[in-house]
Formats: sequence, C-alpha cells, structure tokens
Amino acid sequence: MYTPSMLESMAKVSANRSHRLQEKHPRLAPAEKDSLLRAFHPDFRADTQRPVQVGPNAGDRMPHELVDLLEASSAVDPEVPLPSPSCHVDVLIIGGGGAGAAAALTAQELGARVLLVTKLRLGDANTVMAQGGIQAASKANDSPAIHYLDVFGGGGFVNKPELVQALTQDAPLCLQWLEDLGCMFSKERDGTLLSIHGGGTSRKRMHFARDYTGAEIMRTLRDELLNQKVPYIEFCPALELLLDEKGRCGGAVLQNFETGRPMVVQAQATILATGGFGRLHVSGFPTTNHYGATADGLVMAYRAGARLVAMDATQFHPTGVAHPEQMLGQLVTEKVRSIGAQLVNVEGEQFVFPLETRDAVSAAIIRECTERGRGAVTPTGQAGVWLDSPMIELIQGAGTIRRELPAMWRQYDRFGIDMTKEPILIYPTLHYQNGGIDIDEHGRSIQVPGLYVAGEAAGGIHGRNRLMGNSLLDILVFGRRAGRHAAQHAVTAEPGALSLAHVARCNREVAAAGLGQTKAPILLPDYVGRS
Amino acid sequence: MTPSEPEVITIHIMGKAYQVPRGLTIMRALEYAGYRLLRGAGCRGGFCGACGTVYRTAGDYRLKVGLACQTVAEPGMYLTQIPFFPANRAQYRLEQLKPNLATLVRLYPELPRCVGCNSCTKVCPQELDVMDIMARAMRGDIAGVADRSFDCIMCGLCASRCPAEEVQYYVAILARRLYSRYLAPPARHLTARVREIQEGHCDAELSELAALSPAQLKQKYDARDIEV
Ligand SMILES: Cc1cc2nc3c(=O)[nH]c(=O)nc-3n(C[C@H](O)[C@H](O)[C@H](O)COP(=O)(O)OP(=O)(O)OC[C@H]3O[C@@H](n4cnc5c(N)ncnc54)[C@H](O)[C@@H]3O)c2cc1C
Ligand code: FES
Repeated sequence: MYTPSMLESMAKVSANRSHRLQEKHPRLAPAEKDSLLRAFHPDFRADTQRPVQVGPNAGDRMPHELVDLLEASSAVDPEVPLPSPSCHVDVLIIGGGGAGAAAALTAQELGARVLLVTKLRLGDANTVMAQGGIQAASKANDSPAIHYLDVFGGGGFVNKPELVQALTQDAPLCLQWLEDLGCMFSKERDGTLLSIHGGGTSRKRMHFARDYTGAEIMRTLRDELLNQKVPYIEFCPALELLLDEKGRCGGAVLQNFETGRPMVVQAQATILATGGFGRLHVSGFPTTNHYGATADGLVMAYRAGARLVAMDATQFHPTGVAHPEQMLGQLVTEKVRSIGAQLVNVEGEQFVFPLETRDAVSAAIIRECTERGRGAVTPTGQAGVWLDSPMIELIQGAGTIRRELPAMWRQYDRFGIDMTKEPILIYPTLHYQNGGIDIDEHGRSIQVPGLYVAGEAAGGIHGRNRLMGNSLLDILVFGRRAGRHAAQHAVTAEPGALSLAHVARCNREVAAAGLGQTKAPILLPDYVGRS
Repeated sequence: MTPSEPEVITIHIMGKAYQVPRGLTIMRALEYAGYRLLRGAGCRGGFCGACGTVYRTAGDYRLKVGLACQTVAEPGMYLTQIPFFPANRAQYRLEQLKPNLATLVRLYPELPRCVGCNSCTKVCPQELDVMDIMARAMRGDIAGVADRSFDCIMCGLCASRCPAEEVQYYVAILARRLYSRYLAPPARHLTARVREIQEGHCDAELSELAALSPAQLKQKYDARDIEV
C-alpha cells in the first residue's frame, strides 16, 4: 500500500522522533505569517476566484465554484404557478443540522408553530462530523472577553463586533443548555469539563465529548426534537424563498426529494440553516463536508436580496487525509496536533509550529509540497506531509490515541493503518465556509426582512478565518438567538402576497449578462460515473 | 510517480453486475456504476450512519452488513443499501425521568427479551460490544451503557439483525442522556460562569472591546498571554 519512497520517508520520521520530542518549532512572526499566506494560501491565488457579475455583491471576488451558482438561473421556473401552500407556520426552519435543530427547539419552546425541513435525514449534516470540540470560556482563568480577542485575532480583525460579543457571551449558556439536555461532555471525576487548546486559542477552552463532539451534540438535539415532537420533514430541500410585494420573506418553495413534487410552506419567519459549501470542491480540493454541503442557502438568500460577507475567505483544514485514497479529504481532527503530534516533511523535519491558525498551517503545508518539493507522494500521485501521530503516545503515554481519538483510530484501522505506530499522510482539505449571509446579533438577515440565518450559512462572526471549536458554538448561539427572536417578534408580521417575482427578476438579470445557462441550487454534488 | 491504471472488478448491485475500479468504497462504487445517491449517503465519513449496506460475497452463505462509505467493494460482492429502518422509539421528557432500570424497562418493555445471541455485536460497524451494552442495560448499569455505547453512530444495523426486536441504539442514547443529566457530576465552574454572565458581570469588559478599533484590538491581541 505504501510506495518504497513513502516507506523510506516514514523510516526517517520514526528515526528522529525522540530527537524531535525536545525540539520546539518557533511560531511565525506576524509579518512572516502574512507573507506565507499571500504566497501559498489558495484564497490569494489569482486563478481561484473572480468577481460575481450580478446581485447584491456584484464586483466582489469569490471562488469560481460559488460564482457559478450565483450567476446561474433558478432551478424553479418562476412562471409556473405555485401549488397552494400545504401549510402555514410561524417559523419555518430550513436545514436539519445543529443550527436548525437548536433554532427549532428554541422557537417551539417559546410557543411558535414550527416546521423543520431538511434535504437528507435529520442530522445528516456537517454538525455530526465535528470531532474536535466546542469553545466556551467556562474556566476561572478565562472570560468571554479573552475569548473575544481570540475570535477577532483568528478572523483577521474584520469580524462584526456585535456578533462576536453574542458568540462569546452566550457560549457558556449554550454549553449549560447542552449539559441540561444530557449531552455527555468529557469531564474530570469532580465534574470539571476537560478542555484543551485549539489553533489560535489563548486559553484551554476547547471542550469535547471524546472525539465525537459534533455527533454527541447532534444526536442529543435530534433526540430532544423527537421528544418535543417538533414537526419535521426529511428529504425535503428548499429550492427558493418566497417574498411578498415589500420584499419580506414569507416561506419557501420546497421539493419532495423522492417524488420531485413541489410544495409551498408559508411562514411568518424563515430561518435558513443550510450549512456550508464544501461539496462545491473549491479550487478542486477534496472536502471534509457532508454530502449536502452545496451552498443552497447562499443561492436562495442571494436571489432574495441578501448580501454575502467574506466569501473570498475559504477555510482549508490543514490536515485532510492524503492517504489512503478511500479516505481522501476526510478530516484528521486538530486535536491530533493539540495533544502533541508534529508536522514533518518527507525528510522527517518540522517546518511549522503545529498550532498556528489553520490558514497558516495550510499555507505552510502547500509550500512544503509545492515550492520546496518536500512532500511524500502516494501511489496515486497525491503529495502530502506527515502528521506524526505516534508522537502522541510518546508524550502522553501508550494507549492515549485509542482512548482520546477512537473515531480517528477506527477510521484508519478500517483501511489497515495503525496510527499509533505509523505517521499519517495529510494535505489541506476544503473544510469551512468562513463567510456567509450578512446577519445581526439576533440572526436576522440585514437585507431581507422575515429572514433569519444561523450556522455555517451566516457570515461575519468569524471574519476571514474561523477558529476550531467556534463553529459548533455559533450554530447553537445563533440557532437559539434566531429561534428566539423569530418566535417572539416575527409572528406578529402581516403577511403579504407571496411570489417568486424576485426569482424571475434574477433570471432576467443573469440572462441579460449572458449568463444563466446552468441552474442552481444544485442540492447535491454530481459524482455519477466518477471514480 | 504517475498514477497507474486501476484494475477492474465486478460487483452486483441489487442483483445487476457492474464493472468498477478496484479500491473504491461501496459508496463510490455505486456512484461509479451510475447511481445518484439520495438516501443511503449522509456524511460520507463514517459519522452519520446513513449508509447501512447488506452484502454477501460470492461463495459465502453469510450475510454481512457494513457502512457503504467505510467499506471497500470486493470482487463478487452482492449488495443493497437499507434506505430506511422503521424502528420503534420511545417518547419521553428527560426532566421527568429517574436514572434507573425501571425507566429503561418502562420505555422499552422489550428490553428483557434480549436472548444474548450476539448478532448485534457481530454486525456493529463501530465494533462496539452491543450485546454487553444490552446486558448492562438489563442490569440497570446506566453509566456502563453510556460509556460503552458512546461511539454509536445509530446506523441501526444492530436492530436490523436482532431476533428479539430490540432497538439497541435508542436504548443506548436514553442511557447516555440519563447518565449525563443525572449521574455524571455537574460542571460547577460552568454554572458559576453562567451566573456571572446572567448577572451582567461580563458585559462591561465585552462592550469595551467591542468599541475598540481593529488596530487597537490587534495591539491587545498581540500582547495577550497564552496559557501553557
Ligand atoms: C469534518 C468536520 C469537522 C468539524 N469539526 C469541528 C470542530 O471540531 N469544532 C467546531 O466548532 N466545528 C467543527 N466543524 C464545523 C462545524 O461542524 C460546522 O460548521 C457546523 O456544524 C455547521 O452547522 P450548521 O447547522 O450550520 O450546518 P450543517 O450541520 O451542515 O447542517 C445543514 C443542514 O442543512 C441541510 N440543507 C442543505 N441545503 C438544504 C436545502 N436546500 N434545503 C433543506 N435543507 C438543506 C443539510 O443537508 C444539513 O442537514 C467541522 C466540520 C466538519 C465538516
Ligand atoms: S454516509 Fe455517514 S456513515 Fe456513511
């Protein structure tokens, strides 16, 4: 399975492991980091992005793959009369990941009539895949203010202050909410939550549920949704939002994914919680994201008039699987580095401090594998660097990996790799959509009344770069805030006559620009016929 | 090094033969063969349990199950996906429950019917000892169930093979929630911080930061101390 040159390189990694144990690679100075990013991060390459020609962000640069969708015509024909609404609710929640679940539970608890619709099954989402952890300033040496500084620093100081304030202030409240729901966080015997560092944190505030943090949060929320009998429909993606004459959002056009039949839901408030865009494979990168991460929410909201922020900043996770091929692009959680694994090149030398922010580590790995030519190459021609996992066992004691990273260990074991003994080969993978739809601290869309956005679909919270553990957090903070605000305020709105006039307008606009040959939202990536 | 031509194998999807490159996962083999997956694919990374698949290999009478996204297609495989499993789930209010055996049996009366056949353990793609988990549930060892079942992804393959018609994964999540809410020691530092926030003790410091310019924030950020 390994080529001779990979084996030779692995021998080098193993030979100098005990020597490296003493060796601390220096952190990047701010100027160094800046030039590294400019030279090697895909966001800064000339050929990965272009300005979008239509809509509220006309002129702004974004990845080609997203621009293609924003410049597409609608997957719904706005001239075909809509079926009459099959139901009328107070709050329609689109998306059944963590943000949608949190919003639905909160809104229903406050007495709103709720409906949650989702594209795949409830919980088939990015949320369920998060392993590493969730940030919250829960410890005595920490505070929401210290957390605030870390979020801003990680984000490049372009985050929206009111969103970061909401994020860091609500963080402990959300953790407590989960505790009360019976979410099983890892703890000391006295109840103290275990917590560690993540890239870019100044306090050990990464809380976790072994290495299934997102899965534990998602299954707990889903279980509670079922207990609370929150109405939901699976395999029922939204295709377009509906607006009234004044541009207020009043529901959505959905589709029964299996029969293809359209369906209309009228709602006083609509919460978009459709997650991210990993399955667009920006710049051709593999992705860590779930099957349904296709930016549908961005497309629908954009047509309704919402602005997108920071969409030119894409998060590549530095440690995606480069080998074996069957796992290509899957995430190797940052925790592997948090608890001691170093990054080393084909010669077994360190080349970057392992806990720099993700953008910097990704850029350093890309530099190592391209310009410096010091990557190891797999049988399929994929270059990568080693994440020296056996080091964890040296530092923390034998058995640590199987105890602390059972999900990780199991995934490699399935394909015949024992990460307690062999280093693992990694390369950056498309991980997170840093930007998203412009919102305020209640999760309200700034431009589209009646529309709320929560979770990865929203932008501005994390600036240009999200830190690990702040996304599981934001889905709860803004899911709950949006659910609460929608339930308390939006229900009083006077609904007007709903239509797809805005979609017809967008179709005309793209056609006038000579665009619109393709259709969006795409709902799922197209892998048919590919190996 | 140049990528080499992949070798081709034959698999049987719902009884029809297809040629696919060797080394693909079952999920990617399905797609290579021309299927656009709607059901049967979620996370594509072994976390969501959407992709339960039943298969048999040529010359073997035994039925096997696995996750399509985590299992490599083998030559001569006969396979189909399980798109949906209509399992029974109890309805409850966590805050009204007691963390004991009586609760488990009241909500899942079939629990004591487990015959200890070990079919569940044999099929678990997470390699959990499901039979032991059920034995613990029948003893009311809620902490034990919570601990041993933690890595469950609720794919339902155990229930699909259970002659006693148990729904192991729902029993397990009930136990985990009971354990976490009632038996695990509470995080007092968290409750203390929540109180501080609710009483407004964190507001001033945050508002001060929110009023700073990016340059001022950057200065503070660069000067911040880092816990070792
Ligand atoms: C592998 C991985 C590991 C991660 N690890 C961490 C971590 O350790 N810590 C951390 O904080 N963050 C982590 N993240 C990020 C974090 O998990 C996600 O950003 C977050 O969970 C997103 O939640 P969400 O509810 O916004 O979106 P999702 O959880 O992706 O949910 C979106 C839902 O909307 C549905 N949907 C999409 N389009 C439509 C449509 N048109 N109509 C209806 N429904 C639709 C989707 O199918 C899905 O169910 C990780 C992400 C991945 C992929
Ligand atoms: S698709 Fe999620 S476990 Fe296979």
